[in-house]
Amino acid sequence: MGEPRKDDLTGRETMGHDFDGIEELNTPMPRWWLICFYLTIIWGIGYTIAFPAWPMISGATAGVLGYSTRGEVSEQIEAHEAANAELVSELVSVDLAAFDPQSDLHRYAVARGASVFRAQCSQCHGSGAAGAKGYPNLLDNDWIWGGALEEIARTVRHGIRNETDTDAHWSEMPAFGDLLEGDEISALVDFIPTLPVADWDSPGGVLFTDNCASCHGDTGLGDRSQGAPNLADAIWLYGGDPDSLTQTVTYSRFGVMPAWGQRLTEADVRAVSAYVHALGGGE
Amino acid sequence: MNTTSENLYAAREPIFPKRVYGKFRNLKWAVMLVTLGIYYLTPWIRWDRGPNLPDQAVLVDLAGRRFYFFWIEIWPHEFYFVAGLLIMAGLGLFLFTSALGRVWCGYTCPQTVWTDLFILVERWIEGDRNARVKLHRANWSLRKARLRMTKWIVWALIGLATGGAWVFYFADAPTLMRDLVALQAAPVAYVTIAVLTATTFVFGGFMREQVCIYMCPWPRIQGAMMDNDTLTVGYRDWRGEPRGKARDASAGDCVDCMACVNVCPMGIDIRDGQQMECITCALCIDACDDVMVKLGRERGLVDYLALSDAPREEAGEKPRPIWHHVLRPRTILYTCIWAAFGLAMVYALFIRPEIEMTVAPVRNPTFVTLSDGAVRNTYELRLRNKHGQARMFGVHVSGDLSLNLSLEATAYSAVQVPADDTLRVRVYLTAAAASDPATQSETPIRFWVEDLGNGERAHSNSIFNGSGGRQ
Repeated sequence: MGEPRKDDLTGRETMGHDFDGIEELNTPMPRWWLICFYLTIIWGIGYTIAFPAWPMISGATAGVLGYSTRGEVSEQIEAHEAANAELVSELVSVDLAAFDPQSDLHRYAVARGASVFRAQCSQCHGSGAAGAKGYPNLLDNDWIWGGALEEIARTVRHGIRNETDTDAHWSEMPAFGDLLEGDEISALVDFIPTLPVADWDSPGGVLFTDNCASCHGDTGLGDRSQGAPNLADAIWLYGGDPDSLTQTVTYSRFGVMPAWGQRLTEADVRAVSAYVHALGGGE
Repeated sequence: MNTTSENLYAAREPIFPKRVYGKFRNLKWAVMLVTLGIYYLTPWIRWDRGPNLPDQAVLVDLAGRRFYFFWIEIWPHEFYFVAGLLIMAGLGLFLFTSALGRVWCGYTCPQTVWTDLFILVERWIEGDRNARVKLHRANWSLRKARLRMTKWIVWALIGLATGGAWVFYFADAPTLMRDLVALQAAPVAYVTIAVLTATTFVFGGFMREQVCIYMCPWPRIQGAMMDNDTLTVGYRDWRGEPRGKARDASAGDCVDCMACVNVCPMGIDIRDGQQMECITCALCIDACDDVMVKLGRERGLVDYLALSDAPREEAGEKPRPIWHHVLRPRTILYTCIWAAFGLAMVYALFIRPEIEMTVAPVRNPTFVTLSDGAVRNTYELRLRNKHGQARMFGVHVSGDLSLNLSLEATAYSAVQVPADDTLRVRVYLTAAAASDPATQSETPIRFWVEDLGNGERAHSNSIFNGSGGRQ
């Protein structure tokens, strides 16, 4: 190590380092740069006082300005809800049986319902509402409990076969494995897909009239008041192939839907019902 | 390496361009009048488009996503027209630069025009070159402060008018004018005016030639655009050198009067040859011709000339005619490409339909089986009505006659699309059970939309998805 000295060639100070005779000139940062650097430090300190910054054991310092990103989001949500308050109050009071599909309120309901559907319903019914085995397709024109707007709203509000809401749709198909012999079940499984043009004198037809017609109707067209599906149409909730039908007849099915009236606001229930009704199958 | 005394920063040398008279100066006055007139007056031209559309001839409606230019209305998806205009502007710049050098810079560039205007104001208030140089060197006095303040106020007012004119292109001019005066216009209008006032004031009043020399990329590009046949402002050194007194018979024509240097707004000496700073404003030609006429000598010591003519003239031959320099394969090629773009755009403009449609099939799910076994597809149609009135659009489908079409939320197969707007409508196509489209995996179809008012039609191809054997 040498002492800082004045370099003869350039006339500038050296740093005092000496590596095998190689020395380094002292080239300090420009003054303006240093001042900016110190200002950023001061700014940084002020920032951590003003805004949430320092991590503590649980949470972080709140900052004297009281700002939080969550607070900002909830403010935006509040502003959004305030802006829509009038539409929401109209939606809650509108008569669903006479809801004009050309009205601005209906457009709002469908748009609001679309986001409710994606958040709450798509897990079972699919993001495109096409359903899956055991979860009804909401796009088609086949409705187990009714496809009018107010009927859809009732189903959404109270749900199906759940024990949390006494107004929930309720019905229960017996497990015919306990009541019929194996060959009788086979005869039924052979008979059901031939509906509605069927041989009612066949063993399956006789068994159907005795065991199934009370709920599914004399001609298998179903009964919405009991949630008994139409067996004569082209749509099968659990599959129309012999294996699926054998399974259904032997062990029965018990599809459950929650009562969304307990979790969603009335406006959201009506909005999502309007959305489902407008998907193409609404009655 | 001695860096201690070397300063890389060059301070600006103030420039005091002298008043000049002559044909190029007159041409520049005319160009200034026309370009400034177009800029300040265009937003005030009215153009009747009916009750639903704005009546401003030139309007960039950012909020409504429309650009109006007299009888033409551009939608956002037709931005290629603007892109085409930019390409044409670029090619036009290439053409003029390769033929006539920096003629854009010298005559029509806003920086040049506004600087010229600011220098004009400066000359009116502070006097011509000598008076300005004197005032610049004088110590601050009441008179100097008064002249400077007057000049700056006039500059600021010109800047305000410039920034003010700009915002009128983006809103209805008379309405905006009333709102601006009543302090009820949008903040963005005031901010825009303030920024443009400041830039006009600083660029035209103080930065002037520095904008061209240090900020503008065009002087750097122009080198690639010019060649030996390009007509640029130059000095006939074989005629002017050696410089000397007018009486001196052995000297050249140049009497070293500095007239060309004194009038130069860029502060250069054209006799040093072609320079990056030269914007070819041709004021030095006027200044030199004036002196040559007074001395009874031939004009054109400083003149528009091509480098390729220099050896011929030095050898005593006549320079080639101007059309020889201008009509070259290069300039002809630029003109052809430029014209091709222009014709293509005019063609595109005339075949542009007034109604348009885009079709987006819903693919989640691709098809729905209905209770009677029929298969239904859903499509989202965007119907675009470019008319100034609401129109009824009829929708139908071709490709398979058995397909049954229905529109969302209406029993009719027609919808009303609002004036100058786009309407999104869901369309259902249903194929009966066991029909061909229901059982095939794909059936090509074509949607048609017809303006029921005038029968104009548009179509878009799509696919009908059948079960294809799947359940």
